[in-house]
Amino acid sequence: MKAKVKTNDVILQTVTNVVAFIIILFSLRLFFSGHYTPGGGFIGGLMTSGAIVLLLLAYDIKTVATILPVDYKIVTAIGLFFSVATGAGALLFDVPFLTHAYDYFHLPLLGKTSLHTAVLFDTGVYLVVIGVTMTIIQTIGVSE
Amino acid sequence: MTLLHWAILSPFLFAILIPFLYKAFRNVHTGWFVLLLPVALFTYFFQFISITKNGDTVKETLEWMPSFGIDFIAYIDGLGLLFALLITGIGSLVVLYSIYYLDKKKEQLHNFYVYLMMFMGAMLGVVLSDNLIVLYMFWEFTSISSFLLIGYWYHRERSRYGAQKSMLITVFGGLSMLGGFLLLYLMGGTFSIRELVGQADQLMTQALFLPALLLVLLGAFTKSAQFPFHIWLPDAMEAPTPVSAYLHSATMVKAGIYLVARLSPVFAESSVWLWLVGGIGIFTLFWGSFNAVKQTDLKGILAFSTVSQLGLIMSLLGVGAAALHYTELDENIYMVATLAAVFHLINHATFKGSLFMVVGIIDHETGTRDIRKLGGLMNFMPITFTIAIIGAFSMAGLPPFNGFLSKEMFFTGMVRVLEMDIFSLDTFGMIFPLLAWVGSVFTFIYSMILVFKTFTGKHQPEKLEKKPHEAPLGMLISPIILASLVVVFGFFPNILSERIIAPAVEAITPSLIQEGYAVETEISFWHGFTPELFMTFGVILFGILLYLLLPSWRKVYKWIPERFTLNSFYDGGMIKSERGAHNFTRGYMTGFIRTYLVYIFSFLIAISLFALWFKGAFTINTEELAPVGVYEIAIALLLVISSVTILFAKSRLTSIISLGAAGYTVSLFFVLFRAPDLALTQLVIETVSVALFLLCFYHLPQLSRHEERMRFKLGNALISIGVGVVVALFAISSYSSKMFESISKYYIENTHDKAGGENMVNVILVDFRGFDTMFEICVLAIAALGIFSMIKLRLTRRDEG
Repeated sequence: MKAKVKTNDVILQTVTNVVAFIIILFSLRLFFSGHYTPGGGFIGGLMTSGAIVLLLLAYDIKTVATILPVDYKIVTAIGLFFSVATGAGALLFDVPFLTHAYDYFHLPLLGKTSLHTAVLFDTGVYLVVIGVTMTIIQTIGVSE
Repeated sequence: MTLLHWAILSPFLFAILIPFLYKAFRNVHTGWFVLLLPVALFTYFFQFISITKNGDTVKETLEWMPSFGIDFIAYIDGLGLLFALLITGIGSLVVLYSIYYLDKKKEQLHNFYVYLMMFMGAMLGVVLSDNLIVLYMFWEFTSISSFLLIGYWYHRERSRYGAQKSMLITVFGGLSMLGGFLLLYLMGGTFSIRELVGQADQLMTQALFLPALLLVLLGAFTKSAQFPFHIWLPDAMEAPTPVSAYLHSATMVKAGIYLVARLSPVFAESSVWLWLVGGIGIFTLFWGSFNAVKQTDLKGILAFSTVSQLGLIMSLLGVGAAALHYTELDENIYMVATLAAVFHLINHATFKGSLFMVVGIIDHETGTRDIRKLGGLMNFMPITFTIAIIGAFSMAGLPPFNGFLSKEMFFTGMVRVLEMDIFSLDTFGMIFPLLAWVGSVFTFIYSMILVFKTFTGKHQPEKLEKKPHEAPLGMLISPIILASLVVVFGFFPNILSERIIAPAVEAITPSLIQEGYAVETEISFWHGFTPELFMTFGVILFGILLYLLLPSWRKVYKWIPERFTLNSFYDGGMIKSERGAHNFTRGYMTGFIRTYLVYIFSFLIAISLFALWFKGAFTINTEELAPVGVYEIAIALLLVISSVTILFAKSRLTSIISLGAAGYTVSLFFVLFRAPDLALTQLVIETVSVALFLLCFYHLPQLSRHEERMRFKLGNALISIGVGVVVALFAISSYSSKMFESISKYYIENTHDKAGGENMVNVILVDFRGFDTMFEICVLAIAALGIFSMIKLRLTRRDEG
């Protein structure tokens, strides 16, 4: 995953610049549509990290770290927090742990949209998957 | 908590104080404080004589675990009181003796007295508990505290050996006794001895009766050092002499006797009981006395003599059980055996206690206990000599001491066995009087050796470490009291009989008392020219003869080679079992994961096949099978090809690629079987894991990177085929025998209405069963952190670098 010295990866890097965004968009699409079509937090998270891995392949770890200055362990922690907090939030309304609620709202631009607390839970999953994959790949990549 | 309960527990409570007293008053021997307690307890228990004399009993209940039927029931009857008086009385004397025996500057007195008080409390608990489990608890307390006392001089190797040996043997017996108690509980439904005695007739007929009897007897025999479990007692002589005097003559070894006597009303109707208790007792009597003669250590002689005397009491208790079978007789002549057992129990405690103390004095004043070095001490220690001669003559059964009376009664009991016509006693009964007589001859011989080899003959000052002189008065008080008791009980046995012996006999044979048999308590010196008297004459005659001819027949003991003694069996057994366990463990714990996997999978195959066969569970039902299409066959073929390639590939790289192929094929299956979420995930995850495999492959060390095919091993092949077949069989069977409708209908119906979604898989994952998902992401997080720390945390490398 380290960029080799004195090779010119200009085609790879240029393609990556375009494709990475497409992948990320696709992953977001998978994530958000999970409740209605195949997809969801897990596969969405894997796709996003796939995009980041592509960046890592095209550039080197330091460059990617400057583009995305994120500690993925913390991402994992935030994801876990999201999941648990969604579950615990249900307790505030005097219903069992992890009870979800949803309803339809009229939002500007989007029109009639359903908002579901399960999405918050899935966000947790999404973040954890990104955090975990990236932690593993980065750790192994850096080690000698 | 009544006063009685406090009294039983008081030694334990007092033991807590002892270390503080020891630290606070360094100038006063701790024993003086301790002495107060047994004396107080003795006087307390003494009052109960007036109650038990009339056949009354005292019963106090303290609830402990009522829901399990375990309550601390303190129960005093004649038998319990007799033991309680022995324990506290001899306990007081032993504490007094130990004050002079143990040096307050050199010894760790606080340890000694804590252990001793623990032991005393435990013994009181054993003899005064009516509940079997509480009795067992105190029983194990005696084992533990005697272990501590035997190992008191823990820096000596022999002490540790003796302590371990006694611990192993008595705890082995104690545990089997617990088993017996539980069986009794299963049969009778109660832990209370009183209630069990009430059900004795009904218990007899149950199937568990015999196992319970054997297990309880095992406990009693190990504790009371009966053959072949007597081997721990001679080694327990490494304990300080007061301990030997207290534990190994008067109290602990009699716990087994107590148990036999206490449970006699429950078990004694059985012929097994009579033969086991009587037979093993009488053989122990013979074997102990026979072996005592060859000992050269004074304490060794006394140890084997204790074994032998315990055998005597045990055999009397066994033979006494015969009385239950002769209830038609007007005057039950077989009750004399039980009477003799109780009487001898008291006598033995007195004379053996005094003899141990005498030996302690000799050891203390001359520095040795070896009779080959001792001799001619009569002139130096006249008082000790007198006490010794009283004790030894009483032990040998000579008039006018109390040993004579109980020995006469013992002979009476044994001779009357000849008249019994039950349990084939009329044919084999001869061995009882015969062994009794032979054993008594040897008893006479070792008693004489004990006295005359030590106190008469030539004085050998050059072999002694110290110049012998008479012991201090304080050390002599206790043996003097015991010796005077020997004489007093010898001349006036009837002061005991009505007050103590009769209630105890009544407690051992309650059913006879109910039927109106009075205990024949009159103990007299002279009953005319009976066979017993001539037996005693014979004992004395042969005893003197054999004692004088001792050097010429000593060789007899060499007939049994060292290899075949019970001790070497024990030692060899210990070594063998240790080595065996070690070899066994080393044999199957090879340290190779592949071996363990072989075990695991073999068991999986064996148990699964057994379950299939035993339950007749294998079924095939083809009714609900779906039709097989071309795609399925094609994909399945791909899967098979890639799997086989993994197995037979020469290079690892091929295997990894084939594994990836298998993974992608599986995702094709998911597509085919309409599981898009699974297919997506499977594709990505397979890619990631193949990448990781390649990473591992790339980093393999150069040295061991052989490109070679997996070697064929028949065992592995068989096991893997077996696992495959078994799992397939299970899958087929379980598919063929569906018992319930699937619950998936609920999800199909409610995914949209209740959860507001369309993708059922995702709704199940995050909504219906979101709890699982929550912990799965925890698993992922833990894995990531684990990899991170495994790679980053390199403590060993830091040390090296």
